[in-house]
Amino acid sequence: MSVREYVYYPGCAAKGTARQYEESLLRAFRELGLELVELEDWNCCGSSLYSGIDKVGALSLAARNLALAEKAHPGKDIVAPCSACYLSFLKAKDYMERYPELRAEVDRALRAIGLEYHGRARVRHPLEVVLTDLGLEEIGRRVKRPLQGLVAAPYYGCQTTRPYSQFDHPFYPESLDQLLRALGAEVVEYPLKTKCCGSSITGMAEWAGLGLVRALLLEAQKCGANAIVTVCPLCQFNLDCYQSKLTGLASPIPVLYFTQVLGLALGLPERELGFARAVVSAEPLLARIGSGG
Amino acid sequence: MESASGVKFEAELDREFAHWATTVPGGENIRECIQCGACSGACPMSGYMDYTPRRIIALVREGFKEEVLSSRTIWLCASCYACAVECPQGINITDFMYALKERAIKEGRYPKGFPTPIYAQEFAKLVRARGRSTESLLVIRANLRLNPLKLLKFAPLGLKLLLRGRMRPSPRPEQVRDRAGVRAMLAASGGPKARHEHER
Repeated sequence: MSVREYVYYPGCAAKGTARQYEESLLRAFRELGLELVELEDWNCCGSSLYSGIDKVGALSLAARNLALAEKAHPGKDIVAPCSACYLSFLKAKDYMERYPELRAEVDRALRAIGLEYHGRARVRHPLEVVLTDLGLEEIGRRVKRPLQGLVAAPYYGCQTTRPYSQFDHPFYPESLDQLLRALGAEVVEYPLKTKCCGSSITGMAEWAGLGLVRALLLEAQKCGANAIVTVCPLCQFNLDCYQSKLTGLASPIPVLYFTQVLGLALGLPERELGFARAVVSAEPLLARIGSGG
Repeated sequence: MESASGVKFEAELDREFAHWATTVPGGENIRECIQCGACSGACPMSGYMDYTPRRIIALVREGFKEEVLSSRTIWLCASCYACAVECPQGINITDFMYALKERAIKEGRYPKGFPTPIYAQEFAKLVRARGRSTESLLVIRANLRLNPLKLLKFAPLGLKLLLRGRMRPSPRPEQVRDRAGVRAMLAASGGPKARHEHER
């Protein structure tokens, strides 16, 4: 089996609240022959909080990562699992093209540390990598434990598909739905699949964010889902960690990363996929999945 | 300044601000805004805002600088880009909100005691000093400025995350190896100098 290599940009969440995303991503990708090599000395992506303080600084932070990747891994694509990082990089690439005066400032900042940005490295989301570089048929062939019993609400959140929509529709994406079906899961029609979870605002201004979290969870349950499957650390955090603050849910609903259920379907052991790190336990659900198969 | 009825005289409006807004990313074509409200409809946060995104655009165009820069709206934008994609005039309202945030901070006009701008400032400090943010440290630092008692409220969740290995137990924060390099780069990017000094 040939191995494809990518530059892996973890971002801060993967080293903290989204540990299980990183664990399951690396494990599932290795199983699929997709090798992720962590970018040496990566820095903050220049995320939304930084952008609100200093635009050029934020772009420079993003550009440093892109420049480091181009230099150390020429010709390789960057894989950014966090939606916020993924967007930061796409936005930096876009701005460097569209705003020459900003580019001049960023170039000057990079020159000060001996780096150069060329914009050659592609920035990709791991969901798209799985679907494009392997494809649904190939994934289907690799499934060892079909996810019968998992009734998933596919939750894309916002920044993976907006505003750049590199691989799917900004409001009505289908890629995660298709992947989950290929893994043998049942997928519900989830009307809120691209509604925002409040991102970091939910932690900062709970009184506003919890309203969104509540709607997302209740809707998933009303749609008949027994789990929410997401592609973003902020979505997972908000829906998982604030669930206990809400009333009205029939029962707790586990919030899983797509890489965790991918790994599960590939037959990998549950303990290697970080399921135990969730606040809302997935144990009862895991006991049911695939056991009848 | 403002009359009792809330009416402002044209002379009290800030034309420079209205013009500046058309020169920043996302603001280039706000003059083409038709006030249709698609942005406010798409915005998941508009119910919590003091001015909806549509009203912000209207206020900016007329030069209501104080109202806009001290609004909660710009600090409640969750950057979901629904407005930017929906806008029939192609206005990237989300990116425009960033420009407004940056200016609000620069002028010290953000709403006092409101959490988001404090978090953003503490986040930037962490990243400038270490090249990376550490989630737990950010929550602690921001709340020390906002209301230290609120940290107690975060304690139960913090403990859950700690037990599950989702929070760094060691006091040593995340950082890049080349901290000096990141600092030199940010200094050379010409970022807001006044704030750098303020942080010393």
